[in-house]
Amino acid sequence: MKQKGWRDLPPGSVVLEGGSAAKFKTGSWRAFRPVWIEENCIQCLFCWIYCPDMAVKVKDGKRAEFDYDFCKGCGICALECPGKKGKKAIEMAEEGK
Amino acid sequence: MAKVVAVTGNEAVANALRQVNPDVCGIYPITPQTDMMQRYASFISNGKVDTEAILVESEHSSMSACIGASAAGGRVVTATSSQGLALMWEMLHIASGDRLPIIMPVVNRALSAPLNIHGDHSDAMGARDTGWIQIWSENGQEAYDNTIQAFRIGEHMDIRLPVMVCMDGFIISHSIERLEYLEDAAVKDFVGPFKNLFPLLDLEKPKSYGPLILTDLYHEYKRAQHEVMMKVKDVVLDVAKDFEKLSGRKYGLFEAYRLEDADIAVVILNSAAGTTKDVVDELRDKGVKAGLLKPRLFRPFPYEEMAEALKNTKAVCVMDRSDSFGGYGPLFMEVSSALYQMKNRPALINKIYGLGGRDYLPSHGEMVFNELAEIAAGGKIRACKEYIGVRE
Repeated sequence: MKQKGWRDLPPGSVVLEGGSAAKFKTGSWRAFRPVWIEENCIQCLFCWIYCPDMAVKVKDGKRAEFDYDFCKGCGICALECPGKKGKKAIEMAEEGK
Repeated sequence: MAKVVAVTGNEAVANALRQVNPDVCGIYPITPQTDMMQRYASFISNGKVDTEAILVESEHSSMSACIGASAAGGRVVTATSSQGLALMWEMLHIASGDRLPIIMPVVNRALSAPLNIHGDHSDAMGARDTGWIQIWSENGQEAYDNTIQAFRIGEHMDIRLPVMVCMDGFIISHSIERLEYLEDAAVKDFVGPFKNLFPLLDLEKPKSYGPLILTDLYHEYKRAQHEVMMKVKDVVLDVAKDFEKLSGRKYGLFEAYRLEDADIAVVILNSAAGTTKDVVDELRDKGVKAGLLKPRLFRPFPYEEMAEALKNTKAVCVMDRSDSFGGYGPLFMEVSSALYQMKNRPALINKIYGLGGRDYLPSHGEMVFNELAEIAAGGKIRACKEYIGVRE
């Protein structure tokens, strides 16, 4: 992609479109990745509610995989996950291991 | 028909704002500006304007509120002085970087420490690199006229930049002078309805202000910001031409007073220029070819035009009512840069005067002109930078 020169910029540092954050993938910031353990999941969707981004996907009203393009690995979902019979449905695993 | 009144500088500028009737006004008190916004708040309370006042907890918040309101799509004003302007500092850069045409009268006052409420230019000079247009005013009439013109300049579709209108604290803000108000309808017509560029409240076209821009594009944004500043001079002159048709009062990038054939000249901002003009007149009566240059547009600075105006002088003194400790006065630095580009340039000296509201007297002006006359006659420059009116 050809980079913009200074004459091509709109006045002011204004992004003239909505939803452009989707183009900037922030998943690479992650040091720990959440891992979903489906058999321990009770489908409470706490993880979906608590995720500060939109990195927990829901399909047909059910919990789906994480969106690792945007998950920064904050671990809030893993902390809030009630799990099943004392076993968490989300665990944090160190990236690259 | 113009209306002749006897008013203070603060009252005059508050009235200019009333005549424009902006959408939003950020209000926080600070001496010597307080009285201006207090008067404006009365206009709001009495239904003279339909401006929404945002009462804030600091000047940092005031400028932040103004930035939000301006990005939302409103015509926005605020006013400040001294520490207030200093507290706004980081937000000033955001207003200009986001190209938001906020209009802000600055009633010039000294900066702490030591604490001082009186007129000096340290506040606005400290904000000269914030990307705001700066227009300086000698008296209440100029402050009134410049405030009205500032809307046309900052809001011009090729410019879209915030504007500070500067006037001296107390000397102008609190002194009653004779001045002429324009008709309300004439001001309304001159300023025109506010036009939006990228309003946040246009929900059909979502947008974001102030994104993170790193090494890939920041340099380009700043280059573009310089470019738009370079267009300001022409707009200032065009607006001044229209304003002259309306008011009969002529404005330029600066005022050249008896400068055309002058051998010696003083460059000086704001109210002290008035005092110095009297000294020039007295010297002219004695046959001394003295002149004066009073900058009006300080940012962007009209380097070429100023060099042209001073090219036939032999010796010039730039007088600063603020200081850069360990450096020259800020106005001197600009005039010096302007003159250096010329092959034959006058001798140049710098005097620091009137800090913290210290009186600037005609005798100080005379002293400076006498020194310039000696330099012009081939005398040696004893010091490039000196303080005048200071006790040894």
